Amino acid sequence: MEKFLVDIFGSEITAYIIIAIIPLIFIVPYALFAVWLERKVSAHMQDRLGPMYTGGWHGWAQTIADIIKLLQKEDIVPAAADKKLHLLAPYIVFIGSYAAFAAIPFSSEYIGSHLNLGIFYIIAVSSLVVVGLLMAGWSSNNKWSLFGAMRSAAQIVSYEIPTALSLLAVVMIAGTLNLQEINKMQSGWFWNWFIFSKFPFVFIAFLIYFVASLAEVNRTPFDIPEAESELVAGYHTEYTGMKFAMFFLAEYANMFAVSAIASAVFLGGWNSPFGDFMSGPIWGVFWFVAKGMFFIFVQMWLRWTLPRTRVDQLMYVSWKVLTPFAFFCIFAIGIWLML
Amino acid sequence: MNAIQILEKLKSKFPDAILDAKVEGVIEPYAKIKPELIKEVCQFMRDDEELNFDYLMCLSGMDYGKGVLGVVYNLNSIKHKHKFTLKVEVASDAPNVPSIESIWKTANWHEREAYDMFGIIFIDHPDLRRMLLPDDWEGHPLRKDYQVQEFYHGMKVPY
Amino acid sequence: MEAIITKKERDLKTEEMVVQMGPQHPSTHGVLRLEVTTEGEVVTDVKPIIGYLHRCFEKHCEQMTNYQQVIPYVDRMDYVAAMAMEWSYVLGMERMLGIQVPERVEYIRVIMAELQRIASHIIAIGTYGLDLGAFTPFLYLFRDRELILDIFERTCGARLLYNYFWIGGLSHDIPPEFVDKVREFVKQFKKTIVEVNNLLSYNEIFIKRTANVGILPADVAINYATSGPVLRGSGVKWDLRRDDPYSIYDRFDWEVQVGKGEMGTVGDCWDRYMVRCREMEQSLKIIEQAVEQIPPGDVQSAIPKRIRPNPGEIYVRTEAPRGELGFYIVSDGTNSPYRVKGRSSCFVNLSVLPEISRGYMIADLIAILGSIDIVLGEIDR
Repeated sequence: MEKFLVDIFGSEITAYIIIAIIPLIFIVPYALFAVWLERKVSAHMQDRLGPMYTGGWHGWAQTIADIIKLLQKEDIVPAAADKKLHLLAPYIVFIGSYAAFAAIPFSSEYIGSHLNLGIFYIIAVSSLVVVGLLMAGWSSNNKWSLFGAMRSAAQIVSYEIPTALSLLAVVMIAGTLNLQEINKMQSGWFWNWFIFSKFPFVFIAFLIYFVASLAEVNRTPFDIPEAESELVAGYHTEYTGMKFAMFFLAEYANMFAVSAIASAVFLGGWNSPFGDFMSGPIWGVFWFVAKGMFFIFVQMWLRWTLPRTRVDQLMYVSWKVLTPFAFFCIFAIGIWLML
Repeated sequence: MNAIQILEKLKSKFPDAILDAKVEGVIEPYAKIKPELIKEVCQFMRDDEELNFDYLMCLSGMDYGKGVLGVVYNLNSIKHKHKFTLKVEVASDAPNVPSIESIWKTANWHEREAYDMFGIIFIDHPDLRRMLLPDDWEGHPLRKDYQVQEFYHGMKVPY
Repeated sequence: MEAIITKKERDLKTEEMVVQMGPQHPSTHGVLRLEVTTEGEVVTDVKPIIGYLHRCFEKHCEQMTNYQQVIPYVDRMDYVAAMAMEWSYVLGMERMLGIQVPERVEYIRVIMAELQRIASHIIAIGTYGLDLGAFTPFLYLFRDRELILDIFERTCGARLLYNYFWIGGLSHDIPPEFVDKVREFVKQFKKTIVEVNNLLSYNEIFIKRTANVGILPADVAINYATSGPVLRGSGVKWDLRRDDPYSIYDRFDWEVQVGKGEMGTVGDCWDRYMVRCREMEQSLKIIEQAVEQIPPGDVQSAIPKRIRPNPGEIYVRTEAPRGELGFYIVSDGTNSPYRVKGRSSCFVNLSVLPEISRGYMIADLIAILGSIDIVLGEIDR
């Protein structure tokens, strides 16, 4: 793809800028769609209809209207806030989640950057989100925000360990950290996907990854950093208008990022489940997005079904359940590979 | 136990505490207690095996007019399922009643409310603040001679 | 060297933080303010501060020109259980005046009060789920609450504040389709209870959040004079419908539900929650029996033309959805009450909050507050 773009524009810089912008072009409409989907999914689960009027068919334009409203809103910064940090925080959060897209292979022909350390890079760069959240919570000069920020910092940092360990299980089998390579190894029919290899250890690793990723993106049952019934709105209590929208965008971008990693690492990424049927670079995008959206749907499903856990229970799950099991999986797969 | 027996028991234990009592011909049998002795009487009512009034249903402040304030204690026993009412009366210029918060914890908020609404001072109450009205409100609204204040923080009160 | 250490120690010192939960907070169920002292996430002290919704109920009552005028004000005490509020006041006045209400009125009152109890517990359970992050059961329950409100609307024209129970009777007779509608509701709601139990009551996360949290021992519960599901959740079998009988509850077959500590300790949040769930089933049982036996008659025959009780006083109490609702009514022989004191169940139940929430986390505080189930309209009056 880079070659193709370099050929067209005759300049590497232009080509790379375009490559870098493509995920953004994807994320913004996707976030609009996902917000709308969340409202519809929750509504239908709860015997309601959700938005029905804006735009005509099933209120499809509702989130567009919401964004326009948010853009027009007054940008309120609390008088006692740390203004610089307060301004910067939402962008850092978004950068953290957006940077992860650089190493996500959308198709066999398109990946932002062919990194040999793809998975490693994603895990590392998405930690930047924590900095942004802490900044947001601290700078708002609001105790509830601070509670939320502290909770989310503790939560995200702890859950990175089971996440990384469960991904490591696959990396051991694949022998590479490059996501594009991992995807290529899973081509063919769906039984070639890593989730079914070394059964059941990778499957357990997948479950660990999924639970941990829910916590990393602050979704129910682990949405305690922004638990609206406890902390009002957590770290973004004091944000309004577009800055609030940035947090939202980052949250939905993050949701897709973790879903995309799940599908790339465990479920064959852009590979068609049925061998050569509907495969190829363009179909690859379709399969990749479809798998990602499926996980997003599952995340929504869980959110509107389960209650929320408590901080100490959350830590318990991370340190005493997920982490030991992830180690166990790595250990078992290691032995299997040696035999 | 019925109300007559309860009153008999009280009379034998506290001969000089009961100022007045009515147990027949009224819906709520009651005994009027000397304000200074109300705490002892209540303690006895709760701890005595036969009476066992472990449940303070309600504690109401009262203004009987003519400068007399009162407190009404509606007692109930969960075990024996009998009820009895105690009353005290105090002059409104020195409305001091011993607090029974240490006997029934529920009295805490009720007494605060009575203080808030009637200005009855409960001696030894751990936290006698206004309950429902703002801390800087003037007067005690449920007194019959209450005059509403003209201004509250610059806002005109009577309308 | 020493100086450095002391500086370090000073820097490491932790301090308690005071946070104001409310009056504008999503989980305080109204305009309640909790002054929470926390040590990190752990609550060391809670001070409930009330009065934001004070509407001078007791002062209003003294200013009325007659006794009936109090009823609409009583409605506005616990606005999600207005029928129960009315009944307590009306019952007190009837006892004071010595009125025997017709059978038909008693049956309709029982049905209405039990429907109201279900509607009120629906809010309690639904918002409790909401407090703990489970949104969906709330809406499932509200769907069925609509059916109850529709029945009320058909009967008396109002959906929230009814002014339906009058001294000596009712404001309207029941409409012809009433019985069918109630049967329909009972049938539908039995399914919903099962659904909610599956979705929420026995959910692992929900149990983890509520069991062994906010334990209220029975003796403390009695000493604080808590009542209703809070008292029964602590294992005390005390229900005024049974223990201080009024109306015709003795004619029906039903049982008082108490907390048994199935998931943790007796008197924890789960017990209080579950008592409400089981009470809804019992209420359905009462409604099912009562609705088949409504005798014919006139609902307004016993309403007195002029209400002027003899000088005297009464403390009347009924089992409202949130506990013992009492009215201490003093008459001086004139047309209007001399004094009405509302003994609000939530007011008393809330006073136990500091006692049972010390040492738990902020998230638990929400769970405990939700399990007490307060309505600020009743607390502040």
